[in-house]
Amino acid sequence: MATRGFIGRRTPEDHAARTPPGQALTTDFPVLSAGPTPRIKLEDWKFTLKVGPRPVFAWDWKTFDALPKTAFTRDIHCVTTWSKLDTKWEGVTIDDLLAAAGMEAATPFVLAHGFDGYSTNVPTADLAGSKAMIATTYDGKPLTPDHGGPARLLVPHLYLWKSAKWVSGLQFTEVDTAGFWELRGYHMVGDPWREQRYHDDP
Amino acid sequence: MSASPSPWERATISAISDLTPRVKSFTFAPETPFRFRPGQHVDLRLTAPDGYQARRSYSIASAPSADGTIELAIERLDDGEVSSFFHEAAEVGDAIELRGPIGGHFVWDSDDGGPLLLIGAGSGVAPLMAMIRERAGQGSAVPALLVLAARGWDNILFRDELLALEARTDGFELVFALSREAVRRDRDHGGRIDQALAAAALARLPSPPTFAFVCGSNAFVEAATSAFIEAGLDSKIIRTERYGG
Repeated sequence: MATRGFIGRRTPEDHAARTPPGQALTTDFPVLSAGPTPRIKLEDWKFTLKVGPRPVFAWDWKTFDALPKTAFTRDIHCVTTWSKLDTKWEGVTIDDLLAAAGMEAATPFVLAHGFDGYSTNVPTADLAGSKAMIATTYDGKPLTPDHGGPARLLVPHLYLWKSAKWVSGLQFTEVDTAGFWELRGYHMVGDPWREQRYHDDP
Repeated sequence: MSASPSPWERATISAISDLTPRVKSFTFAPETPFRFRPGQHVDLRLTAPDGYQARRSYSIASAPSADGTIELAIERLDDGEVSSFFHEAAEVGDAIELRGPIGGHFVWDSDDGGPLLLIGAGSGVAPLMAMIRERAGQGSAVPALLVLAARGWDNILFRDELLALEARTDGFELVFALSREAVRRDRDHGGRIDQALAAAALARLPSPPTFAFVCGSNAFVEAATSAFIEAGLDSKIIRTERYGG
């Protein structure tokens, strides 16, 4: 249905191929979160890997920060329809994290948890193969609290609500378990290229 | 689990009015009306003749109504692809596409009770307005307080309606924080929201709030939530909706 009087401002051709359907490019970095920004001191920070209810490995900030770091330059996509190209991050890939814990992916599904009580589910396959990290820097600087610092999950190829801010741990689950937004109508996978925004989107 | 929003559907613009020099009110009549909760938003989609589409999310400012119409407050952004269409081209009778309702966290019904603390800035008042209108429409006696930040008196969206609701003295309290102008009422506050304003505002409620909703730009939400947390507001009850950088 064409809208009378609407012409629109198109994405430049060289960027069109990198902008998923229904998204518009931004050069800002908007902040979206469901509650106030928690202030987490590095001395109180802890990251835990769980299999089901069972903790299997944990790091404090010092031991976590000593893990091998990887740089990512990726396009990111928020379900509120903005996309941002070439964002620069550094952190510990989930592959390196599991290797450091001496374990392999335990189940096909992961629930990521945040210090603020947030949670979100991600298929394990979307975390493996250097596709995702626990990010600790953005654009060369320590990750600020409003963007999820000290550390956030980054799964750049899925809508950004999957990239849990203030991440406190990953939990392997036997069944795909809906997290905070997924319980409130958002998609269980969230692939921007398939426009999986809401629960019933294919 | 919350239901998914409706599929894209046609909605006709049934009314347009100025709220402030930069913000207009648009009332839409969806072809198939849907139920929503105060605080939820909708996605709008515009399509150019060549098929190019743009979509944006806007909070619903109206309370659920019997006729199914939806009011949105659309601010003109200097560089706004969609907002410039609404401010320059859109007329009553035009149709756009709409999908909703969306969001299951930033919501409040009069059945949820209170006291209710609402904090907004600029067009961020929209979802809070839906809650205030719902409360008034239901004849609810839940104590409620709106702290609304704006540059000046004429930049306050829904100002006269808010003043009229406050004049009912049914438990709804209103405090304006004007950043660029002298205040006109004793209870209002010059300058930005700070800890002193937050403490004075909280004292207007008969007991600590059980719900707090904060909506505005990210910078505003960060500053306002910090001020209210410093003034003693329980951070666990705060729900936020943010826009812009």
